[in-house]
Amino acid sequence: MAAYARPTSLREALAALAEGPAVPLAGGTDLYPARVGRPPPERVLDLSAVAELRGVTQDADSIRIGAAVTWTELIESGLPDWCRALADAAGEIGGPQIQNRGTLAGNVCNASPAADGVPCLLALDARIEIDGRRTLPIAEFVLGSRRTALAAGEIVSAILLPKPRQAARSAFLKLGARKYLVISIAMVAGAVELAEDGSVAAARIAVGACGPVAQRLPALERRLVGGRLDPDLVRAEDFAALAPIDDMRGSAVYRRDAAMTLVRRLIGKLRDPG
Amino acid sequence: MSAPVSLTVNGRTVTLATASAARLSEALRHELGLTGTKIGCDAGDCGACTVLLDGRQVCACLVPVGQAAGRSVVTVEGLDDQGLRAAFLRHGAAQCGICTPGMLMAASDLLRRVPRPDEQQIEAALSGVLCRCTGYRKIVAAVLDARRASPAGDVETKAMGARRPRIDGLAKVEGREAFGADAVPKDALWLRAIRSPHHHARFEIGAWTPPAGVVRVLTARDVPGRNGFGIYPDIKDQPVLAEGVARYRGEPVLALLGERAALRAVDESAIPIRWTPLPHLHDPAAASAPGAALLHADRPGNLLTEGKLARGDAEAALAAAVHRAAVEIETGFVEHAYIEPEAGWAVRRGDRIEVTVSTQTPYMDRDEVAGVLGIAPEQVRIVPSACGGGFGGKLDQSVQPLIAIAAWLTKMPVAWVYDRPESMAATTKRHPARIQARMGCDADGRLVGFAFEGTFNTGAYASWGPTVAGRVPVHAAGPYRVPAASARARAIFTHLAPAGAFRGFGVPQAAIAHEMLIDDLALASGIDRLEFRRRNALRPDDLTVTGQALGPSAGLVACLNALEPHWRAALERARPGRGVGIGCMVYGIGNTAMSNPSTMRIGLAADGRLTLYSGAVDIGQGSNTVLAQIAAEALGVPADRIRLVAGDTDLTADAGKTSASRQTFVSGKACELAARDLRARLARLANASPEARIALGAGIAVEEGGRRTALDLGHLAPDRNGDALAGEGRFDPPTEPLDANGQGAPYASYAFAAQMAEVAVDRDLGTVKVLRMVAAHDVGRAVNPTLVEGQIEGGIAQGLGLALMEEWWPGQADNLHDYLIPTVGDVPPIETVLIESPEPLGPFGAKGVGEPGLVPTAPAILGAVRHATGVRPKRVPLTPARLRALIAGRSS
Repeated sequence: MAAYARPTSLREALAALAEGPAVPLAGGTDLYPARVGRPPPERVLDLSAVAELRGVTQDADSIRIGAAVTWTELIESGLPDWCRALADAAGEIGGPQIQNRGTLAGNVCNASPAADGVPCLLALDARIEIDGRRTLPIAEFVLGSRRTALAAGEIVSAILLPKPRQAARSAFLKLGARKYLVISIAMVAGAVELAEDGSVAAARIAVGACGPVAQRLPALERRLVGGRLDPDLVRAEDFAALAPIDDMRGSAVYRRDAAMTLVRRLIGKLRDPG
Repeated sequence: MSAPVSLTVNGRTVTLATASAARLSEALRHELGLTGTKIGCDAGDCGACTVLLDGRQVCACLVPVGQAAGRSVVTVEGLDDQGLRAAFLRHGAAQCGICTPGMLMAASDLLRRVPRPDEQQIEAALSGVLCRCTGYRKIVAAVLDARRASPAGDVETKAMGARRPRIDGLAKVEGREAFGADAVPKDALWLRAIRSPHHHARFEIGAWTPPAGVVRVLTARDVPGRNGFGIYPDIKDQPVLAEGVARYRGEPVLALLGERAALRAVDESAIPIRWTPLPHLHDPAAASAPGAALLHADRPGNLLTEGKLARGDAEAALAAAVHRAAVEIETGFVEHAYIEPEAGWAVRRGDRIEVTVSTQTPYMDRDEVAGVLGIAPEQVRIVPSACGGGFGGKLDQSVQPLIAIAAWLTKMPVAWVYDRPESMAATTKRHPARIQARMGCDADGRLVGFAFEGTFNTGAYASWGPTVAGRVPVHAAGPYRVPAASARARAIFTHLAPAGAFRGFGVPQAAIAHEMLIDDLALASGIDRLEFRRRNALRPDDLTVTGQALGPSAGLVACLNALEPHWRAALERARPGRGVGIGCMVYGIGNTAMSNPSTMRIGLAADGRLTLYSGAVDIGQGSNTVLAQIAAEALGVPADRIRLVAGDTDLTADAGKTSASRQTFVSGKACELAARDLRARLARLANASPEARIALGAGIAVEEGGRRTALDLGHLAPDRNGDALAGEGRFDPPTEPLDANGQGAPYASYAFAAQMAEVAVDRDLGTVKVLRMVAAHDVGRAVNPTLVEGQIEGGIAQGLGLALMEEWWPGQADNLHDYLIPTVGDVPPIETVLIESPEPLGPFGAKGVGEPGLVPTAPAILGAVRHATGVRPKRVPLTPARLRALIAGRSS
């Protein structure tokens, strides 16, 4: 492979990768910041022109977000209301310059503990499409801080959001120390499906930046199902499995405390989307 | 090599040779010479490199050249929007101008899609571009106003007091302004420093054959003169390149010269430097403890210096006080975070060296470069480039010594531009402070005594530490009448980046303490916080804590009176979670009890051309414009008649540093005197009085008492600048040295201010939103109100950062996404009230405003948070985690 390749089909992209390792690039919003003052990687595989990675499409079962779709394209694609968590997260990533360049798939592949996309995808029960031929649930794709299930020679081709079978809502809340351009201290995303009587039929609540990988809160989810969206159902022990750290953005104690506040508010927001 | 890429740039088709995987910003600047696109971080954090790619704003530093193939790129040079540019000029939206291209491009993206945007849309559109100077409000106002037709006669022609657009503004909004990295000669060698990865380590450099493209390696042994520099004539403790021991992480030990790409490709781990890490001291308490290892053998106790003040018996007064308060507060390192990293280039010409550099202090640079080269100062020429923000950080040596040495030795031009991590790791910071202070008042709420003890972490080298330690005791009690006071400020060496000059020289940290105490005492005595301050405010002819009698220009009471209606209204709105706070300050203009003269020259050529030769560097604050306005006023000519030659040490006299809020007051006065001198010389030629009117139009004439004398200066031999006649003015503000008790008259003039903040606090998350600021500043006389407001608004933004979010963690925050400065969404609407209490010594009554804008902000915000929540910070910045811990009753 040349120092820089910009294939237009997934087949060409995989062929280029088969020739030897190359750093994949879509928006460049993670690649370049990691190389300040250094030359670009020796071999770059630019995925931005791969046709199969473009566009937001849907079929009867799911919405397919191409891996090269930017945050801005995602916002402007007219996602249905049950994907609101993702649209809201997209609008709070970096600033317009980052939203115009960065991709949801890149956010997932970069696998930062503070990736805003990951809790949204956990809440939306997303699957990661690899090489256009197999899929993995998001929880099995992001394995740790900066670690994914993607093997050498593989490319994430899309993100699939399964369509809910009944009325559904989702929401996202981000906590940072300034208004824009901010890495989350903690963030939460939730999606619920509601039965005809308004009771919760299914719930997925996820917390990010409180451990190496964003996590769902299964005990809370179970408690929500069958009842109403009541913020008071949130209990401290729901957060026991989180493993937040102390860093310059906040203490572990604070993160745990803030996550609980955010999840309470999230449930309120799911109840009253406004 | 990748295939050449063709694209459209500013409407023209171009083919780029730059590698496809390289950043588009590289190709724009280095291949196409479009240097209007600025590099602030290379990481998408600052937005200075914002361009339009197919009409959408993107950071050019994040776009691979290959992805621009076949697409359209528009840079600031190709921006077709004169209305937007004009609005930026009209509103003073460009200060230093380094973020201006990015702001303009972000705004143009919005305006193409939304011709009449509202404020929220503008904030969102600009949210990816950081500005460190303006506080954003004038930028938002300019974009709101961009589609307004610029009315004829919009620009005032009078000089003094006019809202004139800045004299150097057009180049800034057109992207033509040349900053430190923008005009590097094509044939220049580049420099890269290898820096210590350890806080403290011994090292040995082994034999090394550098890779191709690296033409020379410099070590401490290559320094031709003294391997040391520093602010003070007797403290040259900071080596250009470390000799065997590195005292902080980021200290340079080696310099590589060569081609830019080759230098970037050098793998640091391949360089045979044997490091032996040594124990390091980061905490001043540990560093000053008995038996602590010394950073510098000649500094026992790691004490750099100690400033003291004693007036009356503070302890007795406190003991007798009816109400007493005490605080302990700690502040962190604060980074200047100017969007332009340090940059410059040097070239040797015979036995002289010329250094073009982004700086606040050309004459100090000249002397330091001479020192490290071992040559006379006259052999050095410093040419300041446009400065993309300084705030005190460019009052120190950065690139200057090494590029000068490299150019001297190689006889080649040598350029060096710090990258953002380097700028953040290696350059000076605001001193972290630990302050314990006590204050007492009588039953009527009148202050009786004050005691202050401050420890300042000065890092590995002296830098401006002595200035901080000298200024703090004088200011520690704030702008109040305190009959008995004691204060001590110590600067302690540690193994950290040197703490240096940063807008306020330690006073912002001290102000947090004294304003907390004032709030405590107001609360204890049951007196409204504003009223308590007014009761104790220094007034004209009062004695300060140094025993100095203030002159007539002391407008704090007027500032407080101006705030009062806003204050009352805000108190009405207050409730749990929403509070209002107030901060006051006094600031001595110019150096502390030290001579700090400025010399200005104004020349008149036979053809009527007037030139101001100003050695004062405009770092965005607007001194170029202000000095031209003062010169015009004193000459009695329209301000647009003045041409400017600025900064160059070969062409201008020493105006001193752009620091200590001194250029308007000190250089402004020198400028006025120079203008009066020139006017008198002209008048003399016409046998008229010095007050005669100068008429410059068709020819030069002097008019007095109805008599007009036309003058032909063609017969006078032009001087080396081509001027037929020149006037010179020198001003050194009169001060008296401080005695052992810190008593004396350290400053000739004092600025005063009071600011008020309204905040909303999310008590469950600990987040604070500043809703509104009102700032009342006694500036003596506002030479240009738009520029004065710009200084205040920009100071408030930095004060907000100091209060709530800015803290540099050594080794962990060397970028602009971990180190947070306020964005456009964080700075609230700001209402400025200018109080003009004329300073008799200043030019037409003016004094300084550069630092005063910042000093009262953090106290006002912290006071408002306290009002909203009942908690008082122990550590600043009051981050969400720290505030939440206080509210929840935990220790942070």
